Amino acid sequence: MTAPRPLSLHVPEPGCRPGDTPDFSDFEIPRAGAVRRPAIDEAPEDMRDMAFSVVRVLNKAGEAVGPWAGLLDAEALRKGLRHMMTLRQFDERMLKAQRQGKTSFYMQHLGEEAVSCAFRMALEDGDMHFPTYRQAGLLIAGGYPMTDMMNQIYSNAADPLKGRQLPVMYSARDHGFFTISGNLGTQFIQAVGWAMASAISNDTRIAAGWIGDGSTSESDFHAAMVFASSYKAPVILNIVNNQWAISTFQGMARGGAVTFAARGHGFGIPSIRVDGNDYLAVHAVASWAAERARSGLGPTLIEHVTYRAGGHSTSDDPSAYRSKEEFSAWPLGEPIDRLKRHLVTIGEWSEERHTQALAEITDEVRACQKQAEANGTLISGRKPSPRAMFDDVYAEMPPHLQRQRQEAGF
Amino acid sequence: MIEAIRNAHDLAMERDKRVVVFGEDVGYFGGVFRCTAGLQKKYGSNRCFDAPISENGIVGAAVGMCAYGLKPVVEIQFADYMYPAYDQIVSEAARMRHRSAGQFTCPMVIRMPTGGGIFGGQTHSQSPEALFTHVAGLKVVVPSNPRDAKGLLLAAIEDPDPVIFLEPKRLYNGPFDGHHDRPVVSWKNHELGDVSEDYFTVPLGKAKIRREGSALTVLAYGTMVFVAQAAAEEAGVDAEIIDLRTLLPLDLETIEASVKKTGRCVIIHEATKTSGFGAELSAVVQESCFYHLEAPIVRVTGWDTPYPHAQEWTYFPGPERIKRAFAQVLEG
Repeated sequence: MTAPRPLSLHVPEPGCRPGDTPDFSDFEIPRAGAVRRPAIDEAPEDMRDMAFSVVRVLNKAGEAVGPWAGLLDAEALRKGLRHMMTLRQFDERMLKAQRQGKTSFYMQHLGEEAVSCAFRMALEDGDMHFPTYRQAGLLIAGGYPMTDMMNQIYSNAADPLKGRQLPVMYSARDHGFFTISGNLGTQFIQAVGWAMASAISNDTRIAAGWIGDGSTSESDFHAAMVFASSYKAPVILNIVNNQWAISTFQGMARGGAVTFAARGHGFGIPSIRVDGNDYLAVHAVASWAAERARSGLGPTLIEHVTYRAGGHSTSDDPSAYRSKEEFSAWPLGEPIDRLKRHLVTIGEWSEERHTQALAEITDEVRACQKQAEANGTLISGRKPSPRAMFDDVYAEMPPHLQRQRQEAGF
Repeated sequence: MIEAIRNAHDLAMERDKRVVVFGEDVGYFGGVFRCTAGLQKKYGSNRCFDAPISENGIVGAAVGMCAYGLKPVVEIQFADYMYPAYDQIVSEAARMRHRSAGQFTCPMVIRMPTGGGIFGGQTHSQSPEALFTHVAGLKVVVPSNPRDAKGLLLAAIEDPDPVIFLEPKRLYNGPFDGHHDRPVVSWKNHELGDVSEDYFTVPLGKAKIRREGSALTVLAYGTMVFVAQAAAEEAGVDAEIIDLRTLLPLDLETIEASVKKTGRCVIIHEATKTSGFGAELSAVVQESCFYHLEAPIVRVTGWDTPYPHAQEWTYFPGPERIKRAFAQVLEG
């Protein structure tokens, strides 16, 4: 027997930090249209391949190809393009507002617009989303008023959440949008609970849980997977793998697994990886998973492969931890460009119409902002009542809170 | 007390279809303490079922069910096991109404057996109530007898906010005077063990004076109520014993009236002393009754150690320690 060698700790590191040349050559990307579309009732063990590939519909030429294409007509696609463009405009205005000091904080979606916008169109009104802070496309595509989103961001007098929550932590029950938590991952198991309740109540509605690549490390992720699997809950479990958890690359959470989608295999949950920058692919995979859930076939795990082109939030500078060239080297491109090219290719869109649409959207977002700012911003104008801080802690205010409210002068 | 708790579940499930019951071993088996026995058979496995061993999963799923519109009553098998669920309780359930401005609420009850006295060692004996009373948005209830357990549990299930329901496991099978070396007495012949089969509630936030007296005020809850009562009788001290029943919201009115009358206050709990709920009680008594106090407030609590196994009765704040505290506060 040889003497044991001293052990050393392996700490995963990304291949590319500031100053390095980005290299995505390890990322195996199938041709658009190459990945099969299993029947919704195929046994989970027979579709394990779906977790190691990437469902893609749009090819480089801008054509929609393969078994996942053909679900959406031109009108629906133009609508989708408009949602994504609106979300991007919204982000631009709000980032600027944050820099102007009108609010404390903001989180943008740059590069990830297709994920939430396309997914929302695959679900029905009445279904419930348990989102993270980077799925505002669910609200925009769901028709929630942008002015109310801005009122929330500004914590102004018309903020539906009365100034209590950090900007972008929206809540919109009537739009199937659960109140966002800053404690990452908690919503994933809650989505499963909602879906279980729907099944207990013999309802037909389904739930969708959302989590980022980094937060899959939280125990809530694993609890959600066990509960969803054991109770066959009608839920779609979405992992948005945007490559970065603030400054930590996705490999830290993924560990020795090849993909995040493969996490589903140990739980016997059908797991599928999709090109998150391909509006048609996201929509098709989401529709497939929704059909499974609604048919009583249980949960589906979807890994949306995308890239966070902006910072995590307005509080970090990504150039401090990753290469500035990384996004331009990102092999799945950019979702708005790709859908736009497709619509142009099929003769349903043009540069002129695009420019025109952008001008309209810019006006619309600007008008909403003006309206919201008339209700105040974090630093000026009308604010929520300080008294409101003491409301809603309980349905009925207990004596000790009444005394504290008096002491505070309200 | 087990039967009273089981009966409360039964009545709540019968009355309100939205009530669902789940937790580890609560379904087919009816719970390790038998508090949910027979419910799955009566109401079906859609309304009473077993859960995976995942406390954050249990409470997290319950939060989602509340968002849907159900009223989950979940069991954490021992209070000592609740820590994995703490994030879901504190960051989620407790703040849901506030953070969503009333769009989403959490009308759930989280039951958990608490306290020691059954040779449970450090992982089956803890009293974590202060970890919950520190949290805005929760209500915290600790019954001391079968009648209250039933009425308080039904009130908790009716309540529109999340309620932590701590069941002193030493009291499950009978009242306890703190003399561990004496034979176990059952609830059968106890006045508070005689529980009506009818639906009734005991309001949250209302304490109960168990024994009227004029010499000193005892603030206690759960297991310590009857221990304090035994100590008062053995020492011949005319103590006024207040069973708090609900720790949050606290019935300050009853506490204040009593301490102003007696001028002396002893606070008793089984949990560790430092930053325990007794510290809060001591502070509110001082704030509201300072000029009526004849002596410093005395706390009798578990020691600031993990709950031991072989040394359980050295840890437990039994009658002898309480009698010494009475003497101390009466001397002052």
